Amino acid sequence: MTEAATSPEPTVAISASGLTRRFGDLVAVNQLDLTVPRGTIYGFLGPNGCGKSTAIRLLTGLLEPSAGEVTVLGQLLRGHEEALKSRIGYMTQKFSLYDNLSVLENLRFVAAIYGVRGQKGRDRIDELLQQYGLEHRCQQLAGTMSGGQKQRLALACATLHQPELLFLDEPTSAVDPQNRRDFWEQLFDLSAAGTTILVSTHYMDEAERCHRLAIMEHGFKRADGTPRELMQSMGATVIEVSGDGLRQLKQQLTVQTAVISASQAGSRLRVLVKDEQRDPLGLLQPFCGAHQLEIVRPSLEDVFVTCTGGRHVG
Amino acid sequence: MWARLLAIITKELKQLARDRMTFGMIVMIPLLQLMLFGYAINTDVRHVPAGVVDLSQSSYSRALLQALSASQVVDFTHNYSSATAAERAITNGEVKAVLYLPADFGERLVNHPAFDSHRERSALTRPVAQWLVDGSDTMVAATIRALRTMPLDELADRSVNAVVPTFEVVEYFNPEQRSVVNIVPGLLAVILTMTMIMFTSAAIVREREHGNMEFLIATPVKPLELMLGKIIPYVLVGLIQVTIILCVGHWVFAVPVRGGLDSLLLASLLFICASLTLGLVISTIAQTQLQAMQMTVFVLMPSILLSGFMFPYEAMPSAAQWIAEALPATHFMRMVRGVVLRQAEVMSLGEDALWLLGFTCIGVLIASKRFHKRLG
Repeated sequence: MTEAATSPEPTVAISASGLTRRFGDLVAVNQLDLTVPRGTIYGFLGPNGCGKSTAIRLLTGLLEPSAGEVTVLGQLLRGHEEALKSRIGYMTQKFSLYDNLSVLENLRFVAAIYGVRGQKGRDRIDELLQQYGLEHRCQQLAGTMSGGQKQRLALACATLHQPELLFLDEPTSAVDPQNRRDFWEQLFDLSAAGTTILVSTHYMDEAERCHRLAIMEHGFKRADGTPRELMQSMGATVIEVSGDGLRQLKQQLTVQTAVISASQAGSRLRVLVKDEQRDPLGLLQPFCGAHQLEIVRPSLEDVFVTCTGGRHVG
Repeated sequence: MWARLLAIITKELKQLARDRMTFGMIVMIPLLQLMLFGYAINTDVRHVPAGVVDLSQSSYSRALLQALSASQVVDFTHNYSSATAAERAITNGEVKAVLYLPADFGERLVNHPAFDSHRERSALTRPVAQWLVDGSDTMVAATIRALRTMPLDELADRSVNAVVPTFEVVEYFNPEQRSVVNIVPGLLAVILTMTMIMFTSAAIVREREHGNMEFLIATPVKPLELMLGKIIPYVLVGLIQVTIILCVGHWVFAVPVRGGLDSLLLASLLFICASLTLGLVISTIAQTQLQAMQMTVFVLMPSILLSGFMFPYEAMPSAAQWIAEALPATHFMRMVRGVVLRQAEVMSLGEDALWLLGFTCIGVLIASKRFHKRLG
């Protein structure tokens, strides 16, 4: 491979610096700096409209950045988009294969487009059909399949040419929890085989499965790191309050400047207090006479809420 | 390159075969148009509904009416008592024309040189009767106007005395003067313009609207492969339509195909490719299928009206001729009528052939250049 020669840092799959994309007045992606190590599953976590899809389109070369540079698989993206397209796979947010072609016809089309030919192509298609449980459906028209089946077909098509780097844009938004679990198992299989995966999601449980992730909001990257790092360094204390009358209590607490957010889960209220407040329990105590207070381990959702200042949850 | 091109062609054909509606239209559009233009639409005006105001009530007037009815140009359906009543009937649309026979019709007739060949034109010579015509329909008016110099020998009980014409006209290629002979080859141009531009103008936009484009541009496929892959399947569709039109034209309307089939094939191929590329260029401009459709109509209307299909190219003002020259349909109209009706060789129509070829090449280049493998 010539990879070592062209790549300054072969352990990095994607590196971006100052990546910016404007649509008129809207800045969809703002000064994004990103380093995705090879072989990892890297997550983009953020609410709808935060710039996840735009960022992925910039990194795949489908959109031209307004500013900034991207290096993908050791090669500068600008000017090498076409050469890189055979080394990356991209699964779009919306199903983008042909509804009026069968599973097998779709796979054959994709194989031909990527130049996976002859016996090698047929073997690869058989392998994928088996791997993604589509053998019995190979004559079915793609448009008539369920969300989970379509998603498996889309993944099969995106990985048919065995890309080194795989982009998945909200791959599980149209599938049920069981299918999501299975899907992630398949992603770990791919990862174990050496594929670098960049996946965007707005599900906390999915984000938690990633090796590393970036939290995005309004086009900005608010934080990045491993889920554990993010939880340890989040800059807030999580206190669970249990008892009655939690709705009123929530009203009282959320107006406090030190309180980032308060959200109810069953009979408990989860309160995020900024770290600059030295005595978080002491702050809450006067409001919750008969309630029980307990400092608990932060979850990824807490990290997300802290990063985004409580604007999207609670 | 070839494997990818083949894959796109195969994909397009499969999608087309599954789209029953489109598939049906490929066959139905030419059949319907042929029937419409072959049977329903006819510029030879016959059986114009007409009325009579007969103030002379003579045997001569009855003989004149009979002679006119026998010509089949008019059908006398109504009788009116006065010119005023007749005018009202024309206004109401009851009849298109009224023949007004004055009370002194008999006298006018015997004084008319067409009736009595020995009589010289004199002060007493006046038209024998008057036609009142709904002039808003120029086609009907022209037909009635042609009756102005109708011979009156029949009324005088003379054998029809053939007037020696100023010119002798020999009608080559269509001696019976049936308009369908000119229309069927012309329909080739109209139908191909319509279907070919329509199919490809939707081609790229549809992929974009269905979300397939985002997947497609993330693959290593090249714009030229995509453009050619979208055109080639429809070349086949176009040839099927050409076959349908010419076969039906030949067997149902007895339109001869005089020229060689190789010339015909070459001319059709050139035009099909030119139309398809035009559609493709539209497809790279339009954002939605509706816009693509509107642009197709924008091209289709002048193609029908200016290409010489309905109105002779020679009769158009020069500005319209310039526009017509820009349309592929005009060039094909000339070629196909030449080949089908006059047994011309494509090579003798080289300018038109070259023009279509150039149009296609430039069109494919523009479409590939305009198609960016980018979003937004």
